[in-house]
Parts: sequence; C-alpha cells; structure tokens
Amino acid sequence: MSTTSGPNASRLDPEPIPRRDVLGMLSLWSMASALLFALVGTLRLPRAAVLPSPSKRFRASIPGTLAAGEPFVPPGRSVALFRDTDGIYAISTICPHLGCIVKPTSHGFECPCHGSAFAPDGRVTKGPSPRALSWLSVSTRGDTVIVDEETTVPAGTKVVA
Amino acid sequence: MSVVTRSPLQEFGANLRAAPRRIVNTAFRSGRPTTDRSRSSFVFGNVFLHLHSVRTHRWSLRWTTTAGLGIATLAAFLITLVTGILLMFYYKPYPDAAYDSMKDIHFIVPTGRFVRNIHRWAANLMVVAVILHMARAFYTAAYRHPREFNWLVGMALLVTTLGLSFTGYLLPWDQLAYWAITIGANIAQSPREITDALDLTSWFDPGGLQKLLLLGSDTVGEEALIRFYLLHVMLLPLVAVMLMSVHFWRVRKDGGLAKPHDVDRRLGPFPADTYPVFTEAPTKTYHLAAIVQGRTAAVGQGPENTVPSMPHLFYAELGVLMLTLFVCTALALAFDAPLKEVANPLVPENPAKAPWYFLGLQELVAFSAFMGGIGIPTIVLVGLGLIPFLDREEAGTGEWFGGPGGWPLVRSSLVIGFTSAIIVESLAIRFGWLREWFPDIPQLVITAINPGTVLTLVYGWYSVWLVKRYGSSRAGALGLFTCFLCGFVVLTTIGTYFRGPNWEFFWSPADWPVH
Repeated sequence: MSTTSGPNASRLDPEPIPRRDVLGMLSLWSMASALLFALVGTLRLPRAAVLPSPSKRFRASIPGTLAAGEPFVPPGRSVALFRDTDGIYAISTICPHLGCIVKPTSHGFECPCHGSAFAPDGRVTKGPSPRALSWLSVSTRGDTVIVDEETTVPAGTKVVA
Repeated sequence: MSVVTRSPLQEFGANLRAAPRRIVNTAFRSGRPTTDRSRSSFVFGNVFLHLHSVRTHRWSLRWTTTAGLGIATLAAFLITLVTGILLMFYYKPYPDAAYDSMKDIHFIVPTGRFVRNIHRWAANLMVVAVILHMARAFYTAAYRHPREFNWLVGMALLVTTLGLSFTGYLLPWDQLAYWAITIGANIAQSPREITDALDLTSWFDPGGLQKLLLLGSDTVGEEALIRFYLLHVMLLPLVAVMLMSVHFWRVRKDGGLAKPHDVDRRLGPFPADTYPVFTEAPTKTYHLAAIVQGRTAAVGQGPENTVPSMPHLFYAELGVLMLTLFVCTALALAFDAPLKEVANPLVPENPAKAPWYFLGLQELVAFSAFMGGIGIPTIVLVGLGLIPFLDREEAGTGEWFGGPGGWPLVRSSLVIGFTSAIIVESLAIRFGWLREWFPDIPQLVITAINPGTVLTLVYGWYSVWLVKRYGSSRAGALGLFTCFLCGFVVLTTIGTYFRGPNWEFFWSPADWPVH
C-alpha cells in the first residue's frame, strides 16, 4: 500500500496518503453520513404532528339537584364537576402519580392504584402523588358548562354561573 | 471388461428406489455422523449447529455446571415463537377487535386456549429462566475475562426478554392489560417529577417524550396497541434473535463455559464406559488454532477432556428442550391464562397489578414513581454491567460461589439481604413514609428517598464493607448481587401476595374489602 510519489520524493517527506485509502475513506464517510442523515430524519416519524386522541374540550350540563361539594362526573370523562356558593369548578380525576382515575369520596379523592389520597380541593394528603390534582378551565354557556381538559387553572378558580 | 448395461428404464427405476435414501443422505454434507470425523463436520457443516464448537469439554456437560438454564431460556423462547405465530392467525391488533379476538381464541378456535396458555406460561418461564441463568453466570464467576462482553450481551437479553413480556401484556386489551400499560407508560413519563420540581418541564421534558414515543398519543389507545404489537411480534423478537446469536457465538469463541483452573484434576480420568474420545485418527490436527488470535476452545488444554458435541451436547440440549416443553404444556393444561373484562379507560382495575416480575418495582413505585420505576432499575442495571470490569480477579472462576468468602459469605448476605428488605418494608407499611411524617416536605425529597433508595444504600454500604474486609471486589459483588436478589424476592412477594385494593397491605386476599 505504500507509495512514493514523483522522482523527487525523499525518505524524509511525510508519506502521502495512498489514493485508494482516500477513496475508501470518502465512500465510508459518505455512507456513514447518509445513514446518519436518514436516521435523524426517521427519528421524527414516531411522533405524529397531530395526536390521535379525542377532543379535550367538552360540554356538560350539571344536574340542578347537585349539592355543594358533591361531585358530578360527566359520562365518559375523567373530570369531576362541583358547584357551590362561589361558583362552578372542575377537578381532573387523573392521578398525577401514574395516570389512574381517582375516585371522588366524601372526604376528597382516592386513587385505587397506589393509595394516593387528595383533599376536596385536590391537595395531596397521602401517598406517592408528586403534585395536587389539576383544576381545569371551565366556562359557562347558557345552562351548560364547557370544560377544557388541556388548560389548567390555579386551584380555587371558580366560575359564577 | 464386463460392464453390466442396464436399460434407461431400469436405471430410472433404480434411481427412483434410491431417491428417499439419497434425499436423506444429501441432508448430511459429510455422510451420517457415525465417526468422530463425520460428527465434527456434522457440526461445522451445519448453519445452526456451528454455533457450537465441535467438541465439548466434559466439565460443560455436568448438570451442576449450568443446570441447563441457558438452553431452557432458549427453549422457552422457541416455544413462545411457535405459539405466538399460531396466535397471530386470529389476533387482531385493534382496540375494537382485540378483546373479541382474544375471546375467539379462548372459546372458539380449536386448541386456541391451549396454545395461548402455553404461550403465556413459556413467556413466564423464560423470565424465570433468564434471571436464574444470570444468577448462575454470576455465582460461578463466569462473567470474568474473556467473557465480559458476553455478560453485557446477556444483560441486553434480560432487558429484551422483559420488554417482550411487557409489550405482550397489553395485547389482550382487558382491564389488566390496559391499566398495567397505563401505569408503565406513566413510569416512562416520571422524569417529570424531577423536571416539574425544578420547573423545567416546559422546555425540557424527557419523560413526556418517552411516554409519547411509547404510546403514540397521550393515553393508551389504538396507536399504543399497534406500537406494542409491532414491538412484540417483530422488533423485539428480531433483536432477541440477533443478540442470542451473538451470545451463543461468543460462548464458543470465548473458550466455552467458564471452568476452574484445575478442571482436569477435578474431573479425573475418563470413566471406563465413556464413549471413546477418538474412534479414528484425526486427519486434521488443531493447527488452525495457531492462526486464530486469542483464546479458542482448544488452546492450552488439548482435546483430552472433550467429547464430540454430537451426540453428547446435542442430546443434553434436546433433553432440556423437551423438559421445558413438558413443563409449559403441563402448566398450560392445569392453569388458564387470565382474561378479565374488556378495557375500560374510565375505571381502573383495583388493584391494578403489572406482570409479577414487575411487582417489585410497582411496590417501590407506590412510594415515588421516578426513583422506584427508573432511578433504582438504572442503578441496578449499571451496577450489574460494571461487575466484570470491576472484578478482575481469578480465584474461583467456574466454581459455584467461587472467590473470597464463598458460600458462607453468600449465606450471611442472604440473611442480611432478606432481613433489611423486610425491616424497611415493614416500617414503610406500618408507619407510613415521608409524606405521612412530614406533610410539608419538598417533593424532590419524596421523589429521591424511597424505601428502595434506603435499601440500595444499605446494600451498597454492606458491599463496600465486604470489599474492605476480604480485600476483594469479588466478595463485594457476591454480597451485593445476593442482597439485590433478596430485595427482588421480598418486594415481588409483597407486591404479588400482600397488596390489595388501593395498594393497601393485606395478609390475605380473603381480607380484601368487597367493592
């Protein structure tokens, strides 16, 4: 593989890189960079630009007989709606720990999966949950309320009907 | 010169008669394996068998060397492969259809329930066998030079095996599946506990990304099912097959199974009734080994204590395969694989339990998700991977509990491992954990200090003490590995048998409240 280039080459000159090695390196690196480029492009594939989940905004009507502090869970949703003298509010029933659905009880919420317990305002009272239950954005439209599960609001935010 | 000439028709008839025999004979490139030489070429002339070396050391064939655990793992894998392909005839990976197709397999498809049961049991057996196989490799110090890399490949296979089981868990689309995977996906998201506490999540959210990549959505739905199906039937099996090929090849290339340095003395002379070592003089000696760098099967020890792999090793392997098949079939006849109600995203199964081998982690996760689900498993995996690079000793290779300390050390480690795990868990169960004691404690502290963290620290401290006391990393490794096995057993047992609704402690499922 060693080459001497030209008639004036001396033994003291650094040995030139053989042409074949240059071509080999070029093909190797062009292949590597093409693969890398393709890989980086493909890595975007598993994450769709629009997520295939049902709409997070929904409309519900609260029964007129609902007592203060009593939860109303709209069918098919993981949200508990409440009404008291200050207004209407919604608390997400998805446990911040590992995504189980908490159950509203007389003294707050309980998670069936790992025993987290929450106060009626969503504060963690027991168990592994890293934060309080989320309060969700509520707006009223006539007799109905519109809940947006994607927008959280500070705890204690209530909407006057 | 008298040549018997046959008519073309006679020739044809003779060829036709000889065809069956010739078909069989052409399957063997070098004739039937009846002599040592043809036995050798039987092995290296066959694409599957040549993963084995031609001759096997007598030490490797002893039952107590391996207990056949590696082959049992492979056998269980092959059984899940075959039964899995059969199940794919009827299974439909779509939320509306998945559960119904499971019911079809269970109640309508002839032998469907049996095949599914075998699949389930073989998968469970594979997890058990792979853990025991790892323990065997560890306790016989088989991970040492030159087998360090194969230990790492083995760990990759452990993770792949758990991944195969976990992805298969979602496919029935029943309550058990749905909520186990919801919990699993949220464990993947649990680095958010840290990023939330540091207020970074809005621009740095590795947890959210992991969950999104796993589920393809923010909840377990059709995207998640297709992803898990793809991983379960295609991607992970391919990865497993590749890793296994490397694993077996390296076993051969790294010099066969680990053996004690005085193995020849331990084995003694060949018993009189052993199959003869050479039935004909070899035409080829081991001169090939001279141009192969590094250690090969025969370097330095000669063929004296070896026997031909065909039939000695292959018949033993076949025996383990048949035994595994028998166990799976017997279990499948006796116990049905569970199938609960169809998945309901609004009502969690209570208690929602992961597959049994994850219940130890679930027990830890019930105190804090990130440390229990990601932190401690990562620490354990990194620690296991480092073992062969930290233990560079030679004493005790190839012996059970070999190395300084030996069995007495392992015995006392068993006691320490079990008692400390039981004490820490009992305290947590009886008196609660940090939040119950200090309600206003910062979340980061709760995330970091899990009963698992305490156990890891206790075990780590104990093993450092062992390293000092015996002046040997092997002694520390023996203690640490034993302790972690104990912790795994204690946590898994509590998670499996003593946790009920709301993950509360119950002595028996009979005490569970009616709900």
